[in-house]
Amino acid sequence: MIKESFKIKNVTFKNRVFVASGTFGYGNDIPTLVDVSKLGGIMTKSLSMKPRDGNPSPRIVETSSGMLNSIGLANIGVEKFINEKLPQLKNLDTSIIANIAASTIKEYCGLVEVLNSYKTVKGFEINISCPNVKEGGLTFGVDVKSVEKITKLIRKLTNKPIILKLTPNVTFISEFARAAESSGADAVSVINTIVGMAINIKTRKPKISTITGGLSGPAIKPIALAKVYETVKAVSIPVIGIGGIINWMDAIEFFIVGASAIQVGTANYINPSVGVSIAEGIRNYCKDLKLKDIQQIIGTLETGKSSSIIDSWL
Amino acid sequence: MIQENAKCISVKKLTPEIYQLTFRSSKIAKIAKPGQFINLKVDNTLYPLLRRPFSISDIVGANVSIIFNVVGEGTKRLAKKVKNDLIDIIGPCGNSFPIKELNKNTFVYLVAGGLGVAPFPFLIRKFSAKQKFITILGARNRNYILKDGLKNILISTDDGSVGLKGNVIDLIRKSISTSNNKDSVIFACGPTPMIKAVSEFAMKNGITVYASLECDMACGIGLCQGCNIEMNNLTSKYELVCKNGPIFNLENIKF
Repeated sequence: MIKESFKIKNVTFKNRVFVASGTFGYGNDIPTLVDVSKLGGIMTKSLSMKPRDGNPSPRIVETSSGMLNSIGLANIGVEKFINEKLPQLKNLDTSIIANIAASTIKEYCGLVEVLNSYKTVKGFEINISCPNVKEGGLTFGVDVKSVEKITKLIRKLTNKPIILKLTPNVTFISEFARAAESSGADAVSVINTIVGMAINIKTRKPKISTITGGLSGPAIKPIALAKVYETVKAVSIPVIGIGGIINWMDAIEFFIVGASAIQVGTANYINPSVGVSIAEGIRNYCKDLKLKDIQQIIGTLETGKSSSIIDSWL
Repeated sequence: MIQENAKCISVKKLTPEIYQLTFRSSKIAKIAKPGQFINLKVDNTLYPLLRRPFSISDIVGANVSIIFNVVGEGTKRLAKKVKNDLIDIIGPCGNSFPIKELNKNTFVYLVAGGLGVAPFPFLIRKFSAKQKFITILGARNRNYILKDGLKNILISTDDGSVGLKGNVIDLIRKSISTSNNKDSVIFACGPTPMIKAVSEFAMKNGITVYASLECDMACGIGLCQGCNIEMNNLTSKYELVCKNGPIFNLENIKF
């Protein structure tokens, strides 16, 4: 038996594979295609206080080994989530993490307040890194003081795990991870999408309605790995790696670099049950190496004597 | 909705521009309705990365067909599939044309632009024997005219290489002016400019149009919220082409 479970704060997750917010609906949208009981947890679609329509079309475009999106946090709002989705999520044999997004610090706090009393909600992932909305989102995520303020205020409202989802669209993501840790966050998710563009050369128009969007998919995996590497060196709370993971080998790379868990995002669009296959692949890798606990791989990067340029920054 | 690795039965070139790919899936064949689509992964590579949606064109026994023309890397590779290749397919996805709700005297105009002919062979197969309808095809030229599986066909082409030199609106107008059908409905599928033109014409003439709309999709099953379309009604500003559609009553669509 290989130990797959791990803890963030007071919550034990059955394994280290999560599905990323915005790539798996509210958690039970495709019951016939995925056995969610094989997942460590589900990060819900970002929830806001009021329902949000999201951005105009076109919202997505495929790029080289990746895609740009600009959904704009379209969601049903927290009230409808509580009334219509939570009762169904209650029966799922996996952990539900509510991902919350807001335009004001007050809204972040309000969301935690209303969701905190529901047992089905095992923790919070705070989206301060959406690149596709005019107010809130990234404006908080690129300001260390805002990250500190939001984390501290939310910490006062809940004993459940708080996970800050960080943006790579900053000079040093480690500064933000440190700010989150020192303000009471229990983990950080690294990374949200990278701001990107794609142009139609016939019309000279951007291929998505908001001109820039968030790049995801295999194209960003090397960037995500480097950001996780930078982050794990800066903090001692768990780092959840995200960015371009499409198979178990990608996941192992993140573990070696130091991620305690991983999230699968864009790959869910291609194969909704890919998270289940990844969890199985990780298990088999450990079995082959005769490991007892996945923890034994985490942070085992062999850098030898030569240190990377990131080491010299930190 | 299911996901499976389906066996390719054949890839045929039906016109100089249009291919037909047939795969075997008894499960999809059993539950699919006309107007629904499948979402397939062309192959295991990272480019193209995402699945590609295709209308179900026809179903015979357990054999499900789609049609396509080669426009990019994905369709180029799809055209090279051979018998027994496995193709990862999710489907059937989306809603369907409301054929069960048709009154028995309703006359149906099937209107297709180019590859928009895709859903109609399967739809015609599902019509009751007594269903009155005509099929109006419009395309750039004869290379995009596909008549397989269709009946009661009128054709228009931009260059006049086959049928009327003109467009589908000319044909609908002509057909309506000479008919005495009191109760009629249009089922349309084709490029957005054609859909808009059909919508305007139908609105002026008090005819309801159900159209299969298209939009780039990342997932095809409602997860990504990428394929939004703006609605006229007040309940929701946007709906998703993959989940709420692809068939919409055009009265509800804001063009």
